[in-house]
Amino acid sequence: MKRTLPAAVLTLTLALAAGCDGGGGGDAAKANAASGPITIWLSNNQEELAWGKAMVAAWNTAHADQAITAQEIPAGNTSEEVIGAAITAGNAPCLIFNTAPAAVPQFQKQGGLVALDTFDGAAQYIADRTGATADQYKSPDGKFYQMPWKSNPVMIFYNKGLFAKAGLDSEKPALSTYDEFLTAARKLKASGTAAIYPAPSSEFFQSWFDFYPLFAAESDGKQLVQDGKAQFNSPEGQKVAAFWKTLYDEGLAPKEKYNGDSFGDQKAAMAIVGPWAIAVYGDKVKWGAVPVPTSTGKPAEQIKTFSDAKNVAMYSACQNRATAWEVLKFATSKEQDGELLNKTGQMPLRTGVAATYPDYFTKNPAYRQFADQAARTVEVPNVPNSVAIWQTFRDAYSQSVIFGKQPVADAFAGAAEKVDQLASGS
Amino acid sequence: MRVLGRHPVGMILSAPYAVYLAVIFAYPLGFAVWMSFHDYFFAAPGAIVDHPFVGLDNYRAVLTDPGVHQAFQNILIFLVINVPLTTGLALVLAVALNRAVHGRAFLRVAFYVPYVTASVAVVGVWLFLFNSGGLVNSVLGPLAPDPSWLINEHLAMPTIAVFVTWKQLGFFILLYLAALQNVPKELYESAAVDGASAWHRFWSVTVPAVRPATALVVILALITGANLFTEPYLLTGGGGPNGASASPVLVMYQRGLQQGEPDFAAALGVLLVLGVLIVAYINRRLIERD
Repeated sequence: MKRTLPAAVLTLTLALAAGCDGGGGGDAAKANAASGPITIWLSNNQEELAWGKAMVAAWNTAHADQAITAQEIPAGNTSEEVIGAAITAGNAPCLIFNTAPAAVPQFQKQGGLVALDTFDGAAQYIADRTGATADQYKSPDGKFYQMPWKSNPVMIFYNKGLFAKAGLDSEKPALSTYDEFLTAARKLKASGTAAIYPAPSSEFFQSWFDFYPLFAAESDGKQLVQDGKAQFNSPEGQKVAAFWKTLYDEGLAPKEKYNGDSFGDQKAAMAIVGPWAIAVYGDKVKWGAVPVPTSTGKPAEQIKTFSDAKNVAMYSACQNRATAWEVLKFATSKEQDGELLNKTGQMPLRTGVAATYPDYFTKNPAYRQFADQAARTVEVPNVPNSVAIWQTFRDAYSQSVIFGKQPVADAFAGAAEKVDQLASGS
Repeated sequence: MRVLGRHPVGMILSAPYAVYLAVIFAYPLGFAVWMSFHDYFFAAPGAIVDHPFVGLDNYRAVLTDPGVHQAFQNILIFLVINVPLTTGLALVLAVALNRAVHGRAFLRVAFYVPYVTASVAVVGVWLFLFNSGGLVNSVLGPLAPDPSWLINEHLAMPTIAVFVTWKQLGFFILLYLAALQNVPKELYESAAVDGASAWHRFWSVTVPAVRPATALVVILALITGANLFTEPYLLTGGGGPNGASASPVLVMYQRGLQQGEPDFAAALGVLLVLGVLIVAYINRRLIERD
């Protein structure tokens, strides 16, 4: 009997803790039809915040009974971890304007997302706005759990000053083939600077800024996984890997993580970045931009690259989903997309960006080539175990390409086998 | 009254801590064990998901995963370097500090500062010290390792072990300093009268006298080391190079939170807890034996 009370306390604690897991949810159909105040999360990027606050003010002025409360995504190691935790806790907001496509399969599996197709005309709205590119954002069940929002098509940024110092043409540098790129890289190294400095660390997403853009270009737009099969263990994947391996083997790209911004600090002459870099580097670095290289030097208008997109998703904890859907359409309207472009320089994921906002590109010609590139982007594959697939690939890449501990062919073959298994959902 | 025992006030006073233990420790641990035997992933409240019992499948996956094998090998290297180094240095420095006449307070604070400084800040300093063009390599000149410390698969984990030793040392020195206050001075005087040298007095008087503190230091260093996460996450960019500094807890984070496999991470966590308990028990038996 002496142990009755402690046992009772423990039982109650467990019951309470378990109880925390059981509530929430609600009736989806009822929530889909409900209107009222909603909460949204925005990225903590200053330019995006400025756009988000203006968008919210514009909405709230006209819809006092369906007011938006906006806040930055809470701080965490990554936004995806914070969002994943919010889904589990049942306190995710209605909309998050910074949902990474790579995380969508996991959020969907968690039951955290609302299929946008459940709203009248949603699929048509997405198709009309984004065109055929939108298909890359469909989930395997054929539904949209994310609204394609904006992309940051990556290109090669180069430092004109460091190129001139190395005796290279700083206005029209020859960087379109692998051979040309390597020749330039060797001259840059001889002049005392790293040619290019992608993060050589093993986080799953790092391949989006070294291997993947070049693979998209070399393979005419293949995703890492297509039709449930890994695509990187192919002649195109091997060529891209061999190119990067040469850069690492010859010390043209350092194997050590740089503690800062290597391009901004002028420690590296090139970087793989999106249009956001224009505002960041501004006049600090005299820069130019060219498409990523291919083995044969394809013309710029044929080059595809990684989109580095961020999308908007509606979360299942939302109780006023009808309002959320209207806000989603408002925030991705032609007017708001134009505001986003104006304030952030990021490309709205809509067809014909350059033709839709001609005044902007006349005033800001530096952004035009990114707008052109935005028409030819490749997204991460929307498949089960997406993050695990990228980590598997990164480990193999790190092992073979960066550190040379295993032949590329063996590492890629092993990774492809594992990726095929992961993509099948097992 | 019998329900509340002979001292109901004691029960009330200890209740907050008991509840704290139940909520913060017992429930998560029990839940982790449950997860490790089921196909489990984190789901939204109200989402209809099945978590079937899978027996030992998660344990099988953990035990056959090459990344986990490497992480345990890495942590073994870490412990072999870190635990003896921590124990030895902490004892020697504590003895020296105990005898120091001048600047004792300053030195105590100096040793304690790294312990209370945020890891993120200290890691930043070490990154500047140990990168290829850092201060350490500049001093070493042609003797600098190639590849450099943090991207060298043979040196990354030893560098982390040295870093953690340095960072934690202040705390363990304090433990030893407290233990040294309880060593009777008569023992040293007797040893001196018998002609014992300084080394003999240290080895035959100090070391046996602080044995309980040594047991505590070893076990705490072991537990802290087995839970290594921040350093490989920040100092070597996520367990690099090529997994050479990955720790079991880092793998738990990657698989459980990043890749959405909390069942796998839970099984790994349970095995880690068991491993630490066994090693700590063996340590205790060896160090506390008389």
